[in-house]
Amino acid sequence: MNLISFMGAIELGLIYGLIALAVFLSFRILDFPDLTIDGSFPLGAAVCATMIVSGYNPLLATVIAFLAGGMSGVVTAFLNLRFKILNLLASILTMIALYSINLRIMGRPNVAIITEETILTPFEGQGLPGYYLKPIIAAVIVFVVALIVARFLNSDYGLAMRSTGANQKMARAQGIDTNKTTYIGMALSNALVGLAGALFAQMNGFADITIGTGTIVIGLAALIAGEAIFSTRGMLMAVLACIFGSIVYRIAIGLALNADSIGLEPSDLNLVTALLVTIALVLPGAKNPLKKLMKRGN
Amino acid sequence: MINVQDLRITFGKGTPNENKALQGVNLSVAEGEFVTVIGSNGAGKSTFMNCLTGELIADSGTITIDGKDVSRWKAARRSSLVSRVFQDPLAGTCEALTIEENLSLAHSRGQKRGFGLAINNNKRDLFRERLSRLRLGLEDRLADKMGLLSGGQRQAVSLIMATLQPTKCLLLDEHTAALDPRMQAFVLELTNDIVKETGITTLMITHSMGQALQFGTRTVMLHEGQVVLDVSGEERSSMTIHDLVEMFGKVRGEELDSDSLLLG
Repeated sequence: MNLISFMGAIELGLIYGLIALAVFLSFRILDFPDLTIDGSFPLGAAVCATMIVSGYNPLLATVIAFLAGGMSGVVTAFLNLRFKILNLLASILTMIALYSINLRIMGRPNVAIITEETILTPFEGQGLPGYYLKPIIAAVIVFVVALIVARFLNSDYGLAMRSTGANQKMARAQGIDTNKTTYIGMALSNALVGLAGALFAQMNGFADITIGTGTIVIGLAALIAGEAIFSTRGMLMAVLACIFGSIVYRIAIGLALNADSIGLEPSDLNLVTALLVTIALVLPGAKNPLKKLMKRGN
Repeated sequence: MINVQDLRITFGKGTPNENKALQGVNLSVAEGEFVTVIGSNGAGKSTFMNCLTGELIADSGTITIDGKDVSRWKAARRSSLVSRVFQDPLAGTCEALTIEENLSLAHSRGQKRGFGLAINNNKRDLFRERLSRLRLGLEDRLADKMGLLSGGQRQAVSLIMATLQPTKCLLLDEHTAALDPRMQAFVLELTNDIVKETGITTLMITHSMGQALQFGTRTVMLHEGQVVLDVSGEERSSMTIHDLVEMFGKVRGEELDSDSLLLG
């Protein structure tokens, strides 16, 4: 693994860290298994890329991508809360609908913005090569977002949201409108995914209809890796664990795919990810598989 | 304080399993009264309680609390007027959250939940002070997960949570039924103390005839979704458990051949 592919892994890890954070919000905080992510990730990329190609300010395009992601979360929550559609199924419906919507937004399966102005443009040409610049900018954005999310989860409203996922009946008895907290949590989760999509498009210079496939599984893998390696006591630690878990996961995948002796090809990525997540999920005491292994070693 | 008129609810209407859980409950509770509610299984006690808290919305009839018609209010909205302690110790608290976070949730009941920190030193001091009256040492374990506490400890904390914010009435749904006898006595004493101190209007469902007479100022019996007995004052204070069990049997139209209720 050379320097450029290492920095590339960190950059991707940071962007997918937002997705791990989104998965943490839906799966862990709200106890809402949400697959919308597979659609809202390309949605963020599509909205951002299309707006940039149409000449809009890249910062505005990024904000709109964030909001568009949030809207898709609201749709899933609406299907679940208003029509009592099973949460998993509701999210699949939104995800499948988003495939067509994303094609409509882009007008074609792929939009290139490699030559367009992006949020990276003002920082380019300052002597820093792209493979350093991109991870640094991604790191700044992702950590600022992560700190805001952690602060939010520690607020009165954030606590109300956490109790919604942990014990709905109790939450209602304490005067919490659990429908509202679910809407806001789902919107926030998918807005983060939309933002990740926008960053992905601008860092890689394109948006593509297929980039969403398996996003949820990668998010889960990053979340599990983070929870396994880092202590998740307290919201700040739990949130940072998502980001670092995602980086660690990307580096590990990068190493595995680059090691010629194993004989893995880049196209094996999804298979390896699915296997890793399956193993992590079926291991007894699934939440912290690696921690247990380490304890046994002592 | 609480006024219930002709409350009716039917589950599974039009199906073979149709169950008329409440068939016209009328009850008026004055401010500061402590009412104990008894009745056999399926009498509608828990359904009645769920209607009061808004977990269930009745098919017909009205509920007025503190002069406000809350019949159509959902649970979250009613929580500013009503606080409750559940039968299941696991239901009333969040085991995944810490003790202080649970208390903080209760502290914001009826208030606007904003973006200020949920836990700060002022709140911690208040929580410590409230918990110290339990003499369970919980005031030193604020950052422990709720799931680490025993059922009895959790019910005690639930009671503290229910009375952390001023509220119009306290609803206790067999809140000691799942506890061992020692913890049961402890939580009941605590309940009695808190109710006396605050003078809060209280409804307590119980399975135990002994508790029904020992605590409170008035006893109501539910049967087949209706109030069939309502005693208070002189009549109640001269009543023995035997009298109550006899009445209970008469209402059910059968002699009770087991004294399990008596011993309960």
